[in-house]
Amino acid sequence: MASTAAPPPKLNRIGLPQHDYRGAKTTLCAGCGHNAISERIIDACFEMGVHPHRFVKLSGIGCSSKSPAYFLGRSFGFNSVHGRMPSVATGAVLANHTLQALGVSGDGDTASIGMGQFIHLMRRNLPLIYIIEDNGVYGLTKGQFSATADLGSLQKSGVINDLPPLDTCALAVLSGATFVARSFSGDKRQLTAILKAALAHRGTVMIDVISPCVTFNDHEGSTKSYKYVMDHEEPLQEVSFIPAFTEIAVDYDPGTTLDVAMHDGSHLRLRKLAHDFDPGDPQRALQVLTEAHRGGEVLTGIFYIDTAKPDFVTQLGLVDQPLAQLPLEAVRPPRAVLDEIMRAHA
Amino acid sequence: MPSPALSTLDAAPPAPGAVLLNDFSLQVATVNGSGSQSSNLVLLRTLFQMGIPISGKNLFPSNIAGLPTWYTIRASRHGYVARKKEIDFLIALNPETARDDVAALAPGAAVLYDEPLALAGLRSDLAWYPVPFDKLVAPVCPEAKLRKLVRNMIYVGVAAHLMDMEMPEVERALRQQFRKKKKAADLNWAAVLAGYEFARATFPQKDRCRLARMDATRGKIVIEGNAAAALGCLFAGVTVVAWYPITPSSSLCEYLIGYLKQYRLTPEGKATFAVVQAEDELAAVGMVMGAGWMGARSMTSTSGPGISLMAEFTGLGYYAEIPAVIFDVQRVGPSTGLPTRTAQGDLAFTASLSHGDTRHLVLLPGSVEECYRLGLEAFDYAERYQTPVFVLSDLDLGMNHWMAEPFAYPDQPWDRGKVLTAADLDRLQGDWARYRDVDGDGIGYRTLPGTDHPQAAFFTRGSGHSDRAQYSERADDYAANMARLLHKWNGAREHLPPPKLERDAAGEIGILAYGSSHPAVEEALDQLAAEAGLHAAYLRLRAYPFAAAVAEFVRRFPRVYVVDQNRDGQMHGLLALDLGAELALRLRSVRHYNGLPLDARSLTDAILAQEGR
Repeated sequence: MASTAAPPPKLNRIGLPQHDYRGAKTTLCAGCGHNAISERIIDACFEMGVHPHRFVKLSGIGCSSKSPAYFLGRSFGFNSVHGRMPSVATGAVLANHTLQALGVSGDGDTASIGMGQFIHLMRRNLPLIYIIEDNGVYGLTKGQFSATADLGSLQKSGVINDLPPLDTCALAVLSGATFVARSFSGDKRQLTAILKAALAHRGTVMIDVISPCVTFNDHEGSTKSYKYVMDHEEPLQEVSFIPAFTEIAVDYDPGTTLDVAMHDGSHLRLRKLAHDFDPGDPQRALQVLTEAHRGGEVLTGIFYIDTAKPDFVTQLGLVDQPLAQLPLEAVRPPRAVLDEIMRAHA
Repeated sequence: MPSPALSTLDAAPPAPGAVLLNDFSLQVATVNGSGSQSSNLVLLRTLFQMGIPISGKNLFPSNIAGLPTWYTIRASRHGYVARKKEIDFLIALNPETARDDVAALAPGAAVLYDEPLALAGLRSDLAWYPVPFDKLVAPVCPEAKLRKLVRNMIYVGVAAHLMDMEMPEVERALRQQFRKKKKAADLNWAAVLAGYEFARATFPQKDRCRLARMDATRGKIVIEGNAAAALGCLFAGVTVVAWYPITPSSSLCEYLIGYLKQYRLTPEGKATFAVVQAEDELAAVGMVMGAGWMGARSMTSTSGPGISLMAEFTGLGYYAEIPAVIFDVQRVGPSTGLPTRTAQGDLAFTASLSHGDTRHLVLLPGSVEECYRLGLEAFDYAERYQTPVFVLSDLDLGMNHWMAEPFAYPDQPWDRGKVLTAADLDRLQGDWARYRDVDGDGIGYRTLPGTDHPQAAFFTRGSGHSDRAQYSERADDYAANMARLLHKWNGAREHLPPPKLERDAAGEIGILAYGSSHPAVEEALDQLAAEAGLHAAYLRLRAYPFAAAVAEFVRRFPRVYVVDQNRDGQMHGLLALDLGAELALRLRSVRHYNGLPLDARSLTDAILAQEGR
């Protein structure tokens, strides 16, 4: 009798193994931060019991934007055009707001060519998780600086960046996003917790994930290298997430920990570290971001969260059923309507 | 009052200088922002209600207030609705343009003008009707600040007398115009009466431009092409609308928003539609792509500059095969061009919009009825062929007032194209590839996000892909995909709206035209026959790529004139490429590109010149 069979894989709350959340084999460089982010997305979706058929992933163009092919292979994906993923995601979400949508962009795709669409996406508070895989360089075109590269950062070729960076988190807060965070591809615990909370949020979630480029921006003098980020990461809070479906009550100390109740009954717990910080105050968010820049810190954590502001779908007053699936009789007015309009023009 | 039949009116051919009965063109020259549009619409509606065929064209500047604007109404007992080149009756109220406007008139024309402009001395071959507008408006409108608004109604009353309008119809048109504002209607009606009484006392002779009741508009409607196109979208069941304001297309989405709010809310007040005013045209068409991918009927509307911005996304739509409907209400380019003037200058650009080998489906409505009908059908074509479909209207068609038969309610359900459900996928047992040509028509089967099946998902991308939608840089994958896309496009030829043989003739010349050129071509055909004995056949193109009937038409005639409202003869060029060298030699190009709607006289003269007549 054979007794050497592998143990059955662990199943999540909807009965799927983690393997069902994997995608195609990555074609990015070994050690690329983006691969780690894909792993965290797989972890978060598996642990939260996201149904792969109820999930869509979208992206623009660049190394980052290739990554949706490498996670959730049973979900629909759309690799669109450079810097324009926000608009595609907007149309897709409005056409079927019952699906969970996640967009992956890069620092070039967002902070340069895509800046206009990025800001307007935040402004509309579209229910979408928007991840920037941020490495400060254009990888596919071999290492030019992007607009998030820090002032004074050194390019591999020896060029020093002499323009200040755009802070996508600060821009997201200013523009109206309702969940704004920064993390590091190497910070497994924090990034997974933020992603799980993101899945529970209704509105635009903007997560800037510092994700070192091992080929073009991981050298001495770069401020987006693994070493630099590990040496300079300063977590704003300790982030933990308690899903709605968990039966374990987790106590917390209201004196040191902020509890954020999410729409679906889950809880986001933010334990204070060095900063006394309220993520419900956009002014304060901008302040800590500015101070971090000044101090050369890579400040990570959740800078802003607003669970009350209605998302774009709510603002538009859409019917519950996906617009894409409405039957003809729901969307073609009866003959009498055309007759009435014709009479008004007679 | 008895209604003389059309034949009675035609019984006596007009002698030189004789009365122009139901056959003239009236132009109102004012200043933009002076509120003359209400007066012009009352005139237009009065004629329409008197059963006289009309068309109304607004020639306006790119400006909010202060620059010259002209509104032209044509009455034609023959039913001609194209712009008439000659103006027979001028209402001159703009001091800035009055002298030029008067100088442009043909001998015998009439001028109704604001008395202080003192125009009568300019020419001795015109009829003059000086009217003291300020003096007349003061007693009927004691409130000085309202006078500017009702002052223009004076000319309605004067013209009503000079042209024999039926006053009850004038009042009905006016009360319809102000149907929600009784007080404004009363005030404006008083101004009309003041003008009418003044004219009756002052000009007992009346003008040669004269009106008499006909019965040629019974059952018809008057509508703008943009409103008609919006109705097409409404009855097509559009659900996601994304747009960015641009003249002359803005009113299309604005009409659509109005209809959606009125007719597409559930009893609970929930919307069966989403409208987004996007940050630019790139985003607008991007939203349409996202919605079309998700399976919604989605549209945007724009004009030339927006089309330029949409080039990259529509290439994605073509290559990744995503349904989308894009209305292009054309204006004069290149660049900002003449934003408030009309042209057909985007044809060649949209036909292959984007880089690489891109070929689109283009529909060419030639009337307001077709703005509705082809606008509606565009959604079927987009989903059937899984590709962006362009509907090319223009400013003349889109923003001007046209008569039409009432639009017919769609007699067919919609065509959502080849979409597989979870049950279909079960049946296929994994034997499905998104971009595989199963039916020989080049059109693959797609699945929609949210389909609950482990094999439903595929990855949509603008990069090279295999028939299973996997990333591929393989030469054979690329070449096979491009060949299939071309096959699909060619397959649409005989299924798009077919060209319409508007007039047949056995002579030596044929005419090919499209879009808003249609009414001028119809009138020019009559002019060619009456003036030169030339009987031309006329085939109206309604879609690109062309059906085989176009080549068959060209083969029948040694000379075929292709009418374009652009400098470069863009349709002529597309036809020459499509028909091949032998037939292309038969094509001759007639081009009109001054920003004004095409008129029959220009067209007739151009054809006669090329014919050496």
